[in-house]
Amino acid sequence: MQSAVDLSRTSLPPKTRRRTHRRVAPWIVTAAVAVSLLALVPLAFIIWIAIQTGWETVSALVFRPRVGELLVNTTLLVLLSVPIAIVLSVALAWLTERSDLPGGRLWAWLCVAPLAIPAFVHSYAWITLVPGLHGLWAGVLVSVIAYFPFLYLPVSAALRRLDPALEDAAAALGLGPWRVFRRVVLPQLRLAICGGSLLVGLHLLAEYGLYVFIRFDTFTTAIVDQFQSTFNGPAANMLAGVLATCCFVLLGIEVLVRGEERYARVGSGAARHQQRMSLGRATVPSLALLVITTLLALGVPFVTIGRWLLAGGAGVWRLDEIGLALGQTLFLSLAGALLATIAAMPMAWISIRAPGPLQRLLEGCNYIVGSLPGVVIALALVTITVRIAQPLYQTLFTILVAYALMFLPRALVSLRASIAQAPVELERAASSLGRRPLNALWSTTIRLSAPGAAAGMALVALGIMNELTATQMLAPNGTRTLAMAFWSYSGEIDYAAAAPYAFIMVAMSLPLTWLLYVQSKRMAGR
Amino acid sequence: MKYALSTLAGATALVVSLIGGPAMAEDDGIVVYNAQHESLAKEWAEGFTKETGIKVTLRNGGDSDFSNQIVAEGAASPADVFLTENSPAMALVEAAGLFAPVDADTLAQVPQDYQPSTGKWVGVAARSTVFAYNKTKLSADKLPKSLLDLADPSWKGRWAASPSGADFQAIVSALLQLKGEAATADWLKAMKTNFTAYKGNSTVMKAVNAGEIEGGVIYHYYYFGDQAKTGENSGNVELHYFKNQDPGAFVSVSGGGVLASSKHQKEAQAFLKWVTGKGGQDVLKNGTSFEYAVGKDAQSNPKLVPLADLQAPKVDAATLNSKKVTDLMTAAGLL
Repeated sequence: MQSAVDLSRTSLPPKTRRRTHRRVAPWIVTAAVAVSLLALVPLAFIIWIAIQTGWETVSALVFRPRVGELLVNTTLLVLLSVPIAIVLSVALAWLTERSDLPGGRLWAWLCVAPLAIPAFVHSYAWITLVPGLHGLWAGVLVSVIAYFPFLYLPVSAALRRLDPALEDAAAALGLGPWRVFRRVVLPQLRLAICGGSLLVGLHLLAEYGLYVFIRFDTFTTAIVDQFQSTFNGPAANMLAGVLATCCFVLLGIEVLVRGEERYARVGSGAARHQQRMSLGRATVPSLALLVITTLLALGVPFVTIGRWLLAGGAGVWRLDEIGLALGQTLFLSLAGALLATIAAMPMAWISIRAPGPLQRLLEGCNYIVGSLPGVVIALALVTITVRIAQPLYQTLFTILVAYALMFLPRALVSLRASIAQAPVELERAASSLGRRPLNALWSTTIRLSAPGAAAGMALVALGIMNELTATQMLAPNGTRTLAMAFWSYSGEIDYAAAAPYAFIMVAMSLPLTWLLYVQSKRMAGR
Repeated sequence: MKYALSTLAGATALVVSLIGGPAMAEDDGIVVYNAQHESLAKEWAEGFTKETGIKVTLRNGGDSDFSNQIVAEGAASPADVFLTENSPAMALVEAAGLFAPVDADTLAQVPQDYQPSTGKWVGVAARSTVFAYNKTKLSADKLPKSLLDLADPSWKGRWAASPSGADFQAIVSALLQLKGEAATADWLKAMKTNFTAYKGNSTVMKAVNAGEIEGGVIYHYYYFGDQAKTGENSGNVELHYFKNQDPGAFVSVSGGGVLASSKHQKEAQAFLKWVTGKGGQDVLKNGTSFEYAVGKDAQSNPKLVPLADLQAPKVDAATLNSKKVTDLMTAAGLL
């Protein structure tokens, strides 16, 4: 694989490559820069507030014991949850994709399905089951359960499309199965693991509802507390500044670990299908792992929601209220997903086709905005629209922009992975056959990345459906989404009245998750 | 190119339609920024609409975020009416000069004690501070005599509150007004060591009921609301009223005001009049909110300890300082 990279790079004279880029660049670069600058707005807002506040106040607000507590909490949460999620996901992905585990397909689907359950519904279920649950380990438990599919999806997709020839070669050279896995398979999963871990990490930093239920304070919950006390006070913005710095760190780590290897397969013909490995005596423990994961990630929420629905009876199904919330949620999710995907396309393309230091910086902007909690983005947009762009205040447009900004990373990661798989040679061939740049791009890479785009859209729509804080601040008057209604009822400990909303959120997310699952299969040509 | 162009055109059309797209709020009627409990405000809105035909759109949120939001919005605020759970938020908006004077006949419906001297807003309901405790873990003779007692080291790890909520912050604002800044700062510092933080008063009561903690500082109506439903979160809970003009006997006035920037002054004033009048106050008496009615001659729910028996301290609602409270609480590491 390494040699194929070098071969393809050296086979093209540098001049030709540069010209190809120059012809395509201006459109895409302008769009990518515009989106990245827009993505910088919330961060610029925090900095601007910090400057206005003055150093003395800023340092008093940042260097205090409370911030230390939050930093420890947030760091431990990420350091514990992400590695556990990686190990779990790789194990599950290998079992469902590469072993002869009975019911592999069903298990694969069950490993993706927890995504359909909003993180705060996971938490709601756990707090019902174990009322006293709280603190760091509770946070780690529920976080891993709620977010491991973000890792499972890319890892299993990558596993599925590996060319078995490499593994055969390694085995023929005398490596045992474990060493083949470690030296051949695992390195090829690097992009998938890095991308997935970044997504998980960012979600841990930005999640609010999950940690409120189990009383675990992170930067995001503290920012919301400050927001609820002061609306746009400097303390909230300073906490957001520290949180943004945490995100810089995560992003930096991912860039370092990701590397610049090429992962597209080049060669004549198609890759063989892989042989599934026989589990033998390991079948029972392997099945046990899947059963336990499924019970924790799906069993607990479904049983709890069912229990509350039973307890609530027919009285909790206030159909007019629920119907309205459903319609509004659907509309916001789909419109926001479309906007986010369109906005992510240029940067995704550049990050694969023309990576460089400047591009990484720009791409970073997109991730930082996505890592900021919804409130911070919302706060920036509220202040800007209310002061400068009054006609846009509390409009549909503004909230959709907020959604697009918040969920850019989801769209970007999915698009990037699928563009990476579309060989650049096709674009060049199309160009050399006389297609105009945009057209060449359309008929090759964009089409090939359509599954990734669809997967990204589904992920964004899922995110919007479960979004709470930004929606509450930015939505036009009279908006009440499913998440808002759920949160309002569960805040009053009316868990029975909240249950129908949880149920509908899950029921609506399941088809999107299914789509995600099917697309990830299709990407592997199966 | 054909495809690319049509896609581009489609995307542009989408974006354009979204900018000019359908607003979800109705253009007619009034917009109420509601920090009160949603179910209560909904009953008020429906009752008012039924009687007057004027449509009400509710935007739900909390006291403090709304008051600060209204200040940020300034004259451009889409809100016509602001309803809160506590007074400090009203004081903040009033200080920014954003309220229109309340109609005289509305003010006349509410006793002087439940409105600010300025007449810029009016009380719409009231709630009392209580110490909710688990009766199996704490006997009546071991209860704190005063809110200030909870700062004592003997209370370490034994009581809870929801410091991020406007309710608790209103209680602190009363403490600040009654005992001064230094005493409040000391009390908050002791609180940070002694108490356990929960998010939301209902959650505090749930934890008290489950025996996770002995007691919590909340408002009275959470208990009655739960009792009226299933009682599953309050079966082991008993309420302790501090009385004796203690800061912990603070009665918080929920306010309503009309924004000066409202383009529907007449309708907004009518709404406030309805809420403080018989229709609105009867909702408090007969509904499931269990907040105190404040209208002249209005009756509260008979299950409640009468407002007059609570021996609440005298607090000037117009000058409760929410900004100072959040600063002090931030300094104490509670926020």
